[in-house]
Amino acid sequence: MRHHGNADVSRRGLLLGAAASAALTATPRHGQAMPADGDAPPAPHPGPAPVMNPVMNRVSLTVNGTAQTLEVDTRTTLLDALREHLHLTGTKKGCDHGQCGACTVIVDGRRINSCLTLAIMHEGGSVTTVEGLGTPARLHPMQAAFVKHDGYQCGYCTPGQICSAVAVLDEIKAGIPSHVTASLTDAPQPTHAEMRERMSGNICRCGAYSNILDAMTDVAGQRTAGQQNGRDPA
Amino acid sequence: MKPFTYERATSPADAAAKAASIPGARFIAGGTNLLDLMKLQIETPAHLIDLNGLGLDKIEDTPDGGLRIGALVRNTDLAADMRVRRHYGVLSRALVAGASGQLRNVATTAGNLLQRTRCPYFYDPNQPCNKRQPGSGCSAIGGVSRQLGIVGTSEACIATHPSDMAVAMRVLDATVETVRPGGAFRAIPIADLHRLPGDTPHVETTLEQGELITAVTLPKPVGGVQLYHKVRDRASYAFALVSVAAIMQPGDTNGIAWGRVALGGVAPKPWRVEAAEAHMKQGAKAVTAGLLADARPTADNRFKIKLAERTLAAVLTEARG
Ligand SMILES: Cc1cc2nc3c(=O)[nH]c(=O)nc-3n(C[C@H](O)[C@H](O)[C@H](O)COP(=O)(O)OP(=O)(O)OC[C@H]3O[C@@H](n4cnc5c(N)ncnc54)[C@H](O)[C@@H]3O)c2cc1C
Ligand code: SF4
Ligand code: FES
Ligand code: FES
Repeated sequence: MRHHGNADVSRRGLLLGAAASAALTATPRHGQAMPADGDAPPAPHPGPAPVMNPVMNRVSLTVNGTAQTLEVDTRTTLLDALREHLHLTGTKKGCDHGQCGACTVIVDGRRINSCLTLAIMHEGGSVTTVEGLGTPARLHPMQAAFVKHDGYQCGYCTPGQICSAVAVLDEIKAGIPSHVTASLTDAPQPTHAEMRERMSGNICRCGAYSNILDAMTDVAGQRTAGQQNGRDPA
Repeated sequence: MKPFTYERATSPADAAAKAASIPGARFIAGGTNLLDLMKLQIETPAHLIDLNGLGLDKIEDTPDGGLRIGALVRNTDLAADMRVRRHYGVLSRALVAGASGQLRNVATTAGNLLQRTRCPYFYDPNQPCNKRQPGSGCSAIGGVSRQLGIVGTSEACIATHPSDMAVAMRVLDATVETVRPGGAFRAIPIADLHRLPGDTPHVETTLEQGELITAVTLPKPVGGVQLYHKVRDRASYAFALVSVAAIMQPGDTNGIAWGRVALGGVAPKPWRVEAAEAHMKQGAKAVTAGLLADARPTADNRFKIKLAERTLAAVLTEARG
């Protein structure tokens, strides 16, 4: 689902722009002069470093199956590229510092915090956001299970929870150990303890944790049943 | 964040040379620590050299039976490697005790070693901090210091090194391999990578400007029961108050033939005192006394001494089986 330039987005864009220019006029602490194109390294600057202009870079990546090429400020996080440039606002910004998991997306098959990575570091990468997992008409099994089990209240953390939950079941299936895995050499199982530990990077202020666990347990069960029938719904 | 230019590294030697010659240049690996600090303008690089395309993401067997872990190997992949799980269990355990699944999928071996302290005053640009702004003073001394260091600290800084992985690497006697800006290679014992703060807490490692970590090697497996116990304020996704990385060989006298132990959460580097390990058979109290003989805790974090002893006691109990 895409939203184009609604009032909310433009107001936020304006505020972010103001914050960015305030940051640019502040005296840099250890800042160094660099040419905007970054080709020729300048000689070390003797006096206070002048304010450097924003640097633009191009990045091409696939988002939810669609090829995208963006011209972004090098500082743009993957999260901001998704929300502000591609208007995929399903992915949420909670803390912007890797501490809450609201921004979780799946990149090249792995869940990551999109707030702590730069968009330009994902040249050629493939990103799946909550919008790409399923559609309202054709929900991903995990999305359907969150609805069925009431795995949210306000819903703010939910896109991150769902992306994480999908990846967690894959991680267990891939045999990646966790802090609560009893034996490092045995394959971990989708137990409640495993799922709770692995979901600890997704904070929910509404405390929907037990319903999220029910949703995951439901999907993990479907998977096991599906595998026994030789197919995998997830 | 301050504006910066960006390039993708083409070879380790080239990256090192550029990092030394371009003013304000820094490496970026996973970015989970550097970008966090750049957003707060605690780190203000003018140029980023992205290491992700260098192919330093492999784990290989070494001729002498050990492992060579590429600098860009993700924490998840290192923890999940079957050789690590079988022969260096303390490393797998320490890795999965750190951060979150999302962060471990991105965080790299070298980035984890070089992550900066989580001292709350270091993170607050409005507070004096000798590490962030040399000479400005240390807000933690006389401030809220419950999380901070008790040993190896100085009058200038009492911060801890926050890595779990590094504590396991210390007990495993890992070696850090680097390439210097001039192209020369060197091998640094993990014990010598991090510096104690002294009166220059902003100088955190023995690496020179531009020196690139290419790999971390582990000597051949030493066996034993390998454990990592981490004590923290919540059960997951929190930094250690105290952690114990241990390799214990069960034996006759008092259940332990020999043991190695390093502490996390207490010092500016993984804290290991080899001489203290001679007391392993006498138990946790004797070993902790040796490890923390020079401890200078604050009133807020004095509890870490007892906590370290008790955590080690729990490790010994588990190792005896
Ligand atoms: C919310 C949160 C919770 C966390 N909890 C824990 C925890 O419980 N335990 C724990 O141990 N860690 C924890 N971490 C820290 C995490 O482990 C580190 O951020 C991560 O390991 C850093 O690795 P990176 O590859 O992302 O490093 P980057 O951010 O890319 O780099 C870190 C530093 O290393 C330098 N660098 C990177 N690679 C090289 C190289 N090859 N050669 C030379 N220099 C290099 C960079 O220039 C930079 O200065 C947590 C982080 C967050 C955000
Ligand atoms: S303990 Fe170190 S990092 Fe913390 S405020 Fe003092 S000088 Fe800064
Ligand atoms: S917004 Fe990324 S972890 Fe909170
Ligand atoms: S549903 Fe409200 S924060 Fe999780």
